[in-house]
Amino acid sequence: MDELLRRHLPESVVMALVTAVLTIPILGVRIHIENLQVTLEGDGTPVYIAMAVVFLVRLFRAPLSQITGMVRIDRLLPSSDWLTRYRTGLLAAMIVLALIWPFVASRGAVDIATLALIYVMLGLGLNIVVGFAGLLDLGYVAFYAVGAYSYALLNQHFGLSFWECLPISIVLAGATGCLLGFPVLRLRGDYLAIVTLGFGEIIRLLLNNLDELTGGPDGIGNIPKPTLFGLEFARRASTEGGVTFHDFFGLRYDGADTIIFLYLIALLLALFTLFVSNRLLRMPVGRAWEALREDEIACRSLGLNPTLIKLSAFSLGASFGGMAGAFFAARQGFINPESFTFIESAIVLAIVVLGGMGSQLGVILAAVALTALPEVARQFDEYRMLIFGLIMVLMMIWRPQGLLPATRPRMELPQ
Amino acid sequence: MSETSLVLLQQVINGLTLGSIYALIAIGYTMVYGIIGMINFAHGEVYMIGAYVGLLVITALGLLGITSVPVILLLTLAVCILVTSVFGWTLERVAYRPLRGNPRLVALISAIGMSIFLQNYVQIGQGARDVAMQPLVSGGWRFGPANGFQVYLSYMQVLIAVTTVLFMTLLTLFIARSRMGRACRACAQDLDMANLLGIDTDRVISLTFVLGAGLAAVAGVLVGLYYGLINPFIGFIAGIKAFTAAVLGGIGSIPGAMLGGLVLGLAESFTSAYLSTEYKDVVAFLLLVFVLLFRPTGLLGKPDVEKV
Repeated sequence: MDELLRRHLPESVVMALVTAVLTIPILGVRIHIENLQVTLEGDGTPVYIAMAVVFLVRLFRAPLSQITGMVRIDRLLPSSDWLTRYRTGLLAAMIVLALIWPFVASRGAVDIATLALIYVMLGLGLNIVVGFAGLLDLGYVAFYAVGAYSYALLNQHFGLSFWECLPISIVLAGATGCLLGFPVLRLRGDYLAIVTLGFGEIIRLLLNNLDELTGGPDGIGNIPKPTLFGLEFARRASTEGGVTFHDFFGLRYDGADTIIFLYLIALLLALFTLFVSNRLLRMPVGRAWEALREDEIACRSLGLNPTLIKLSAFSLGASFGGMAGAFFAARQGFINPESFTFIESAIVLAIVVLGGMGSQLGVILAAVALTALPEVARQFDEYRMLIFGLIMVLMMIWRPQGLLPATRPRMELPQ
Repeated sequence: MSETSLVLLQQVINGLTLGSIYALIAIGYTMVYGIIGMINFAHGEVYMIGAYVGLLVITALGLLGITSVPVILLLTLAVCILVTSVFGWTLERVAYRPLRGNPRLVALISAIGMSIFLQNYVQIGQGARDVAMQPLVSGGWRFGPANGFQVYLSYMQVLIAVTTVLFMTLLTLFIARSRMGRACRACAQDLDMANLLGIDTDRVISLTFVLGAGLAAVAGVLVGLYYGLINPFIGFIAGIKAFTAAVLGGIGSIPGAMLGGLVLGLAESFTSAYLSTEYKDVVAFLLLVFVLLFRPTGLLGKPDVEKV
């Protein structure tokens, strides 16, 4: 104990002082302006708390690391073997839960679940790019925006319905992916990340500035909701002679129907994404993605065309982003460039990373967790992004492979 | 001089001012990349924190009744450099050092997380709204015909240029002459070999973060004084542009970062003047994309051959 204090005390004092420097100018002092009179307001409490915490943690880090050493985070989370064994069962359970959810949960909960499903689509789409092909895309939101604006604009100018626009959005987003991906995909990892980030920002800036086409910062409103084979979900049909859902089935009008219907579409699209990406992974092109991620030079020497393979991953991922975007536009009924900022790309990337790159089950769980948690912890709303950033860092330190790491086929030799 | 050349001169002045600031921030990116090969995505936030600390110090000095401009400037820069250096050091210690040896993606994601964290940390502490910074140095010179276009060179612009040149010279001397500077150069050439030869590479890496953060703080204070408005979100866009500048000049090269910053500043001011202000960010990003595509090594960078 004596030795512990002698060894750790000076270092702990220094760290507490460092904490003071880090917290005083941000949390401790605030500028206060009243009647053109500028004054500084001091509040020592957060500074003292932070200093005390850092001091104690550093001082007792030896006994603390013994305790944390016993509770290994790796052991708390399921191992990859366990996952391989129960993967199908888990997925089936999740799908069943998702199917009965709208009929048991409240209206608000269904609405949040719809949002979660949008993130599931985005996460699974980006998972193709980042997880399978190992290409870090920081501008994924660009394709989300392309999908959303395709639907909104096609509907405004040509009166196309959601179901007509959905395939067009998918194709347009995929084509944008091809167009942007073709020149940049030969860049190495982090250069690619920055260029895609640049593209994401360029698209957002264009949406913001091409006022005549996109409505600029005001965005586009009055985007119609999807219909069920032409049946509208509204109190009254919007067009002359149109039939609404409740009229057709002779039901009483209920606003919750729309929400449940949107949820079911989202679920359908998310399952479609899951199914397609799952199948793709087992096709030659999917194998090539993974091989390329592991060793590009080896792939090239085996006769694979890296650019083509990367391009296929990039544009397929982009098409799913576009699909999610079209649905997003339909759900919101209103879009503007504010919904497509870098932070959105970062959230989708965090979903993929936290879930476990390449692991579809992990991505789904992470998407649900990241949309549900802020809703549960409403009173911490201010700290949401702060905690979010912190989790990203801590996950990279403690479990860089994600919550449920992807499993790859392997065999063990009998001993 | 004709009117067009006067307008041109004005754009050059504005561009060089802006470019000096980008160059100061870009140094931090280029040094870190040169030594450990990672993009310190949170560097822009360090610059933003520098601007906030500068605002607080200037306000505090004003309340203490200090009115001498040079004293205020020197004290502000000193305190800002000190505080952001601690931020830079902690950043590396907490978010990057435990990840060393992992794939580059891991460090980049951690850096993005740190960037989001710092942005929201300042937002919680200081509020999300714009805060105004009192102009410390006002006025300037005007040239040109009395009834035509006049070129305006403010004292603040001169101050920015002088401060930038001063700090760049100090940095260049430090890297070229001092013992630690030599260690930095050795680490940039070959980190493992430098380690084998007895250089404390952890210390050198910490030092690059501290130096980069210090220069970013200088840029933050200067920007605050130049534009007069700061908010917690200025770090993101400035960071990306400074990174563009670093790539433009050849990432890993310190003179390259300076040159890249100036070129980017000029490009931006010309776009604002001759095309439209709204597209100046688009031009900066396009420049980044084109440089990476056609000359990934930048203007002054060395080619980087990928080996098995």
